[in-house]
Amino acid sequence: METKYIVGIDLGTTNSALARTEATASDENTPIEVQKIPQLVNPNEVAERTLLPSFIYVPGDLDFPKGSLSLPWEKEPQFVVGELARKRGAENPGRLVASAKSWLSYAAVNRTSPILPWQAPEGVPKLSPLEASAQFIQYLRTVWDIASGKNGERLSEQELLVTVPASFDEEARELTRRAAEQAGLRHVTLLEEPQAAFYAWLENQSDAWREKIRVGDLVLVCDVGGGTTDFSLIAVSEENGELVLKRVAVGEHILLGGDNMDLALARVLRQRLEAAGHRIDTWQLHGLWHQSRIAKEELFSDLSKGAHPVTLLGKGSKLVGGTIKTEVRREDLDHVLVDGFFPVVASNELPARQRRIGFQELGLPYAADPAVTKHLARFLSEQVRNSPEASNIRRGPTGLACPTHVLFNGGVMKASLLRDRVVSVLNTWLREEGFEALGATHVLEAPDLEHAVARGAAYYGRARRGRGIRIRSGASRTYYIGIESAMPAVPGMEAPLKALCVVPFGMEEGSEAKIPDREFGLVVGEPAEFRFLSSSIRKQDQVGSLLEDWGDEIEELSPLEVTLTLDGQQGSVLPVRLETRVTELGTLEVWCVSRDGSHRWKLELNIREKSDKSLAA
Amino acid sequence: MPGFWKRVGFAFRSFSSILFHGEVPEDVAREVLKPELPSGATAEIAVTTVIEEPEAEPSDGAVQMLALLQRDGRLIDFLSEDVAPYPDVQLGAAVRTVHQSCREVLERYFKLEPIFSSEEDQLITLQPGFDPAMVKLIGNVSSGPPMTGVLRHRGWQVKEANLPSLPRGSGRKVVAPAEVEVP
Repeated sequence: METKYIVGIDLGTTNSALARTEATASDENTPIEVQKIPQLVNPNEVAERTLLPSFIYVPGDLDFPKGSLSLPWEKEPQFVVGELARKRGAENPGRLVASAKSWLSYAAVNRTSPILPWQAPEGVPKLSPLEASAQFIQYLRTVWDIASGKNGERLSEQELLVTVPASFDEEARELTRRAAEQAGLRHVTLLEEPQAAFYAWLENQSDAWREKIRVGDLVLVCDVGGGTTDFSLIAVSEENGELVLKRVAVGEHILLGGDNMDLALARVLRQRLEAAGHRIDTWQLHGLWHQSRIAKEELFSDLSKGAHPVTLLGKGSKLVGGTIKTEVRREDLDHVLVDGFFPVVASNELPARQRRIGFQELGLPYAADPAVTKHLARFLSEQVRNSPEASNIRRGPTGLACPTHVLFNGGVMKASLLRDRVVSVLNTWLREEGFEALGATHVLEAPDLEHAVARGAAYYGRARRGRGIRIRSGASRTYYIGIESAMPAVPGMEAPLKALCVVPFGMEEGSEAKIPDREFGLVVGEPAEFRFLSSSIRKQDQVGSLLEDWGDEIEELSPLEVTLTLDGQQGSVLPVRLETRVTELGTLEVWCVSRDGSHRWKLELNIREKSDKSLAA
Repeated sequence: MPGFWKRVGFAFRSFSSILFHGEVPEDVAREVLKPELPSGATAEIAVTTVIEEPEAEPSDGAVQMLALLQRDGRLIDFLSEDVAPYPDVQLGAAVRTVHQSCREVLERYFKLEPIFSSEEDQLITLQPGFDPAMVKLIGNVSSGPPMTGVLRHRGWQVKEANLPSLPRGSGRKVVAPAEVEVP
């Protein structure tokens, strides 16, 4: 059965998303849509969001009034999934399943045994990381089937791509597949997230990407999200003219991200308030955390602001009476966040390892050193060395891997200050290794960082069905030359023109075509008009098709007037065959070859977007 | 178990009924197929919590509105407090926060629009047949419509309301549940 849609599913650590595109569309510009996901956002309230927070809350009898959790498709769900789960989990953390994805990749625990919520109090039903992941996929599947199921287009019948971090080991990938199976989705293809992010960037660029990326480039993908940081290196290569991305190195799944940054700011604010004589308890710290995130985003996006106010309302009925006011200052951002999390370091400065205390609390292995740039240094020096592709990676004299481009992904990298800092640190290292620094064109930015991975997966799925993403661009129109028909002269009427297709839509630069079976008469020895035509509508015409009637579909370009010479010939018509070539520079060359092959004449036309005429003979 | 002669009757009637009509006689089916309860056991009846739905009261929507403004904006806490003792600076800080969050509540659940889209303090002409519920006239109201006046307030109307479903049971009277922190 023909699948109707290609679907990309991003199971993020903090948020999940789903994007889809039509499978049968031949137009590369068919839009990719992000699925709206209805979910409980408050008791008794279901609203649509484009993201599904990756949180599950296991409600007890006392958490919510009876009947306040009903979904359109289920009156009394066993779990709360999404925004309400996250909200309520902040109030009662013992029943919240969070970071299931990080648990799925943590080899030190039994990932199929029910361990989440981690350290939940007695009596709370538990899930395994595998089941939790299956719950999210099942939720997305239910939402899809309710919305589209009427037409018989269930999610299980579509072409499915699920993204995984490049750092996932074989077992984590297998568990992801199993989670999808448990949710009723049997045939899924796994795609690595950095590649999906790259494809999202390609989709956003349309054709302009060819000016920024070449075969042989090495792209560092720097993905810093809410709770995790992932680095990988992607090599750009080609196979049969098709763009192929190879992931040549990957770092660890580092548990460090935007949440750490917000918490750090909140602590600074708490200290400031306590120094002013206030007492801040855990709940107020939570409020500070939430407000720090908002202040951080405001100050990062509006660089002219010097501070952003933070107000904690008094608890209980003393709202105004208990109000505490403070602010996040620009210096806090620079000092705590930019310098604290992205310090300028040398390429051999590795993350600090805390001295191990003999007994450790069991739990996720949170990163001890918050400096993202140090983790990056470690990735480019040590971890790349261990990669099987190490010899193919461009490296400097100290062995540091030196990328040619950077692609940013993840919510934290929305802040231009942080992107600039990463690039400037990287450039210092590159210069030290003797390579050129990265300029603005070497920093690849895709908008919509929250949905990029899901969109990129859908885009990849569609591309690989068709001809893939071609390295060389193809003609964006169909081109024809005008052939005067052989007809008796009628006074006052021009001889009708036929259009011979010489460049089919999509013909790649650097390719050639011959029109073997036909001969045409070429006027030599006297000035002649060579007429060119093009069409953006007729995309199916093949090389050599001769058209007589085309209505509005073909427009004429301005003609070329030229005299082709042949010794001793004045005003004759010679039989010739035609060969066409589109050069790598986007020029159309029409070669007229005489019947005996002894003479060749060339007509040239520039068919890149700004069509200009040039003349040659 | 039914008595002997009854059983004989049942057997014969069932035989002919099944042979000629393809079905078991109803009363036979009831008697014979009814599951036997073990002696002494009481049949288990599934207990479903019956939520008592209170009668809908006209004020339910208003209470819901108060609850939403309190939950997301803490408006009721704010309005209930005696703000006289506090300096403007402190009151101002609290007001900004309450204002922002209550505004978000309005935006989330309602589509509110002015009744007239023209700018305030501009001249406006009212045609005959305007709805007095939508337009209030003040000043020198002598001659009937059409009349021209200065627009002092653009008015507000609800174009769309997207409210969550009402809570069940006792929740309908609750504007904010009490909060108890368990250490």
